[in-house]
Amino acid sequence: MSKPLPTTIRTHFTALRALLVLTVILGVAYPLLVTGISQVAFNDKANGSFVKADGRPIGSSLIGQNYNLPKVNPDDPKEEPKPDPKFFQPRPSANNYAGDNSGASNLGPNSDDLLKAVNERRAAVAEFDGVDPAGVPADALTASGSGLDPYISTAYAKEQVNRVAKERGLPADTVAKLVDEYTEGRSLGFLGNEGVNVVLLNKAISEQK
Amino acid sequence: MGSTLAGWLQALALVGALALCYRPLGDYIAKLLTTSKHLRVERGIYKLIGVDGDADQRWPVYLRSVVAFSAVSVLFLYGLIRLQNFLLLNLGVPQMPGHQAWNTAISFVANTNWQSYAGESAMGHLAQMAGLAVQNFVSAAVGIAVVAALIRGFTRNRTDRVGNFWVDLTRINLRLLLPISIVFALVLAASGVIQNFHGFTDVTTLSGEVQKIPGGPVASQEVIKLLGTNGGGFFNANSAHPFENPTGFSNLVEIFLILLIPFALPRTFGRMVGDNRQGYAIVAVMGLFWVASTALLTFAESQHGGAALQAAGAAMEGKEQRFGIAASSLFAASTTLTSTGAVNSFHDSFTPFGGGLTVFNMMLGEIAPGGVGSGLYGMLVLAVIAVFVAGLMVGRTPEYLGKKLGGREMKFASLYILTTPTIVLVGTGVAMALPGERAGMLNSGAHGFSEVLYAFTSAANNNGSAFGGITVNTDWYDTALGLAMIFGRLLPIVFVLALAGSLAQQQPVPATPGTLPTHKPLFVGLLSGVILIVVGLTYFPALALGPIAEGLSS
Repeated sequence: MSKPLPTTIRTHFTALRALLVLTVILGVAYPLLVTGISQVAFNDKANGSFVKADGRPIGSSLIGQNYNLPKVNPDDPKEEPKPDPKFFQPRPSANNYAGDNSGASNLGPNSDDLLKAVNERRAAVAEFDGVDPAGVPADALTASGSGLDPYISTAYAKEQVNRVAKERGLPADTVAKLVDEYTEGRSLGFLGNEGVNVVLLNKAISEQK
Repeated sequence: MGSTLAGWLQALALVGALALCYRPLGDYIAKLLTTSKHLRVERGIYKLIGVDGDADQRWPVYLRSVVAFSAVSVLFLYGLIRLQNFLLLNLGVPQMPGHQAWNTAISFVANTNWQSYAGESAMGHLAQMAGLAVQNFVSAAVGIAVVAALIRGFTRNRTDRVGNFWVDLTRINLRLLLPISIVFALVLAASGVIQNFHGFTDVTTLSGEVQKIPGGPVASQEVIKLLGTNGGGFFNANSAHPFENPTGFSNLVEIFLILLIPFALPRTFGRMVGDNRQGYAIVAVMGLFWVASTALLTFAESQHGGAALQAAGAAMEGKEQRFGIAASSLFAASTTLTSTGAVNSFHDSFTPFGGGLTVFNMMLGEIAPGGVGSGLYGMLVLAVIAVFVAGLMVGRTPEYLGKKLGGREMKFASLYILTTPTIVLVGTGVAMALPGERAGMLNSGAHGFSEVLYAFTSAANNNGSAFGGITVNTDWYDTALGLAMIFGRLLPIVFVLALAGSLAQQQPVPATPGTLPTHKPLFVGLLSGVILIVVGLTYFPALALGPIAEGLSS
């Protein structure tokens, strides 16, 4: 008979075995079970709520996107992208709507950089939409937490109606109606905040004849 | 409906749901912690890991089991993260540097989930689900196991046994965390949280750009990240990411999951000590702080203080449109008053006083209601101190629930109270004294100091949220914050288990007319006052240099 291992060593072996057993149950079986059920019961949502146009995926209804004009010189990394006036514009994003790099600006409430960005955005958005700078809503001036926010406020959507209608040669009423259609109220009427889904709205706008 | 009314209704619905769960869930947890019956699958597990499920442990053995389990977990997780590029489902993620993997392993084992990496670019699916998510379960179970041992210290007499760690660990995972997780993972998946094993899908947008849409087993990890008050996001943006938290409904479900177990545990406590009124007194103190903090935070955010936020017209920087001010403030208060640290909006961009409150919430020691298990044991230690203070006032030997609080008990309680502030203040002080580490701040002046103070407060209290502007993926911060997390987790557990052992040995003293009743409003007030004074005196100078200075100067 060999000498039994010291208690401390034995406790660590017990711990390792416990961790391995729990890893199999909680780290493998559990996520597989949830994946199996979700893929059957909520297939579309479990896979990312993809939106299709002409049969090809153009994005996810939950992940915001840029709507910019093609660059004049695609090889120039310094060229600032210009917003495409034919589309409703989303909120500013700290990561330029990169789906593989979510995150916020993390600039503080008194940050000079943030103050400068807010003032510049206010002037640029007001000129772009042809409105009074004082009326531009806060969500058009601030970056979201995820950098992927698919929603804008109804105020910001309404501000953009005339511009989009004019650029596309559509009656303003038609565009305003679409904004109403893609306005989502609070969940169950009181949870969270209302907003307009820019991804779905722009898809609907681009399908207008 | 106006925003203010909707915000109130939302908070009321949350409180109502938690109140409905208080009794049934608290009683259920009490039962699983006290019953002598094992499930068949549990007996199988005890056989596999080689423990006797019917043998209770002395407190040093219980502690040794906790420490051994944590040590093995850190090593296993470190190995899994470092080797993930050779394993399945890693999605081409490169190898993580050693100091960052060490920091991450400690962070998840210590129930902190501080993240110096970005989820979508640094973690494969296997490391997420078999490494990080497993620690989300088991580190939560460790917290509940430790508070179970402490409660047994009050309920047991003349014994040196405080329970069996392996039994507690197994039961809490299998009977409590897993069933709730399965149900709510499906609720989240039904509201749009993804659950698949895809990598990134390239899509071409309407304006011709290519966007990468991520995949992953998110719903199953999201639920335990919140239920276990862990907080480590699958993605860098955490619960602000639309794939982690897509709607106003999923947002309230997530806040509910954060608070569910911590607010039900006082019932478990009352049940186990045989006097439900004791549980009501504790939950009243927790509720008082939670309500006050949530209301103040919401008010501060709706005033949008700070030059940049004033210019924008609302404190929407770092906040999602689908949540707005009220739902973001509710989440922020709940995540920092527990040890969760998940965020649906970025605290660095909060107003000076709003952001200051998130730091203050963590400084309270995360007891209102606190992390799963850790919140209640922190609160019970403060209750011990409150009883002691009352005893000093009238010159009697203090007693709590029939147990005398003598020199030995008070030493453990005092050491508990001193541990976290020491780590926070020394760590912040050293970081501010080193020029290289000061340069890690993104913002300047008082706000930059707050970033460093927040980082150490978050790490030592095992919260895991951040004023995210600070650059922390450096050798120094990964190492220093890793040490803050592991000591901030294990040292308090040592003192709590020692206190449990010391209480369990005593013969209870009968209550007399001179005994301080610990279930009356008077005690609720006394305990609240002790909490404020202990925290206020400890942290006021540091808070004055950071959030208070910034708030007053803007």
